[in-house]
Amino acid sequence: MKIIVDTSRCVGAGQCVLTEPALFDQSEDDGTIIVLNETPEGELVEKAREAAHVCPGQALSLEE
Amino acid sequence: MTTAEKHEFPMARTCPFAPPPAYEEIREEEPVSRVRLPDGGWAWVVSRHEDVRTVLNDRRFSADRQHPDFPALVEGEAASRRPDEERFLIAMDPPEHGPARKAVLGEFTVRRLEALRPRIQEIVDERIDMLLAGPQPGDLVDALSLPVPSLVICEMLGVPYADHEFFQENTVKVIKQSTPPEERWAAMGAIQGYMADLIAEKEKNPPDDLLGRQIVTLRANGTYRRTALTSMGLLLLVAGHETTANMISLSTLAFLRNPEQLAMIKADPSRTLSAVEEMLRYFTIIDVATARLCVEDVEVGGQLIRAGEGVLALGYSANRDPRAFENPDELDIERGARHHVAFGFGPHQCLGQNLARMELQIVFDTLFRRVPTLEQAMDIDELPFKDDANIYGLYQLPVTW
Repeated sequence: MKIIVDTSRCVGAGQCVLTEPALFDQSEDDGTIIVLNETPEGELVEKAREAAHVCPGQALSLEE
Repeated sequence: MTTAEKHEFPMARTCPFAPPPAYEEIREEEPVSRVRLPDGGWAWVVSRHEDVRTVLNDRRFSADRQHPDFPALVEGEAASRRPDEERFLIAMDPPEHGPARKAVLGEFTVRRLEALRPRIQEIVDERIDMLLAGPQPGDLVDALSLPVPSLVICEMLGVPYADHEFFQENTVKVIKQSTPPEERWAAMGAIQGYMADLIAEKEKNPPDDLLGRQIVTLRANGTYRRTALTSMGLLLLVAGHETTANMISLSTLAFLRNPEQLAMIKADPSRTLSAVEEMLRYFTIIDVATARLCVEDVEVGGQLIRAGEGVLALGYSANRDPRAFENPDELDIERGARHHVAFGFGPHQCLGQNLARMELQIVFDTLFRRVPTLEQAMDIDELPFKDDANIYGLYQLPVTW
């Protein structure tokens, strides 16, 4: 799986960070998404799916 | 006449724990349909979870509440619009919205808010001390629900908490549907003037609080304007206390009436965050805040909506849509309700949502641990619910322990 991010759609809500801090972080300046691990494996795969599902800007998509 | 054109909007809740009964009828029979507004105009209501998310995340729907055609949810609203006045963040569209939101987003990142946790815990403990030291029954709204988020947002912004009665009274006037338009604008003007004076004072020697830091940053990049910061400060102050306060009261009541759910978080506080999500979904207190104006023809849920038409994306209906949530009318703190739209969706999704989550989590963990015998002291039929306000909640919640 690969995490694809469209930062222009990111609204800085931090839902990805709340879902899985091992995969996502936020920029200190404007709160936009920082992906820490683009190719999650194991348990993190499900977390990446959940993050994409709750993302309010629909900025996250997954290449399965 | 279509099914829903019989309906007038806003619709009242008839049960404090359920959406207006017509929501279900609309959602099942004609999910994108027409309703009458208080000024005699009409708007589309969008009631299914998927369609609500579509509307709120599509730029063809404008949030500009000052636009003459924007759907008016209280009488006299359209006439009192001032299109040239400074817009609140929630009323901005691109390209104005993105930079304005990003300018303050850094203050609301998950990490930044985590640093506030110890102070929020301290505030919650102090207020519970005061509740326990007071007479029984005590009013939870006065003792805890309102002061906690008010103190937190005041400290964050750098607003003196000593002035809370002034801005809370005026906030209530602004959000009450029955406030006459002139009185609403006077109340709005009063808190606006208050915020402008406060910011003018901070300009002289910007302190290390949110407003002070904004002055420094915006001056440095040459975009500082007092009127813009006033509008931002006011929005954060009002949205920061009234919403969370109502969620604290309503959720506490719901916990007290669902002891088996309460027992689950008492047994394992790691469940509280998921309980918070469920309470947000279950009550959806800002249901009417997600109005939009269609600015380009667009099809939603099989219905063509034309440019110039008003749209109400019903968050509460979305949050009780069985297509998105199994047994949606059941309160289930373990359901994992994170895809709810209680904070809205899309570019305008609530800026303070993670602050609200943290406050609610700390309040419930602390309140039920420290006051395990808490009970409601007024009959449910007598409790003063805010049926007349644009933000749902409780005026009072008498409790004993």
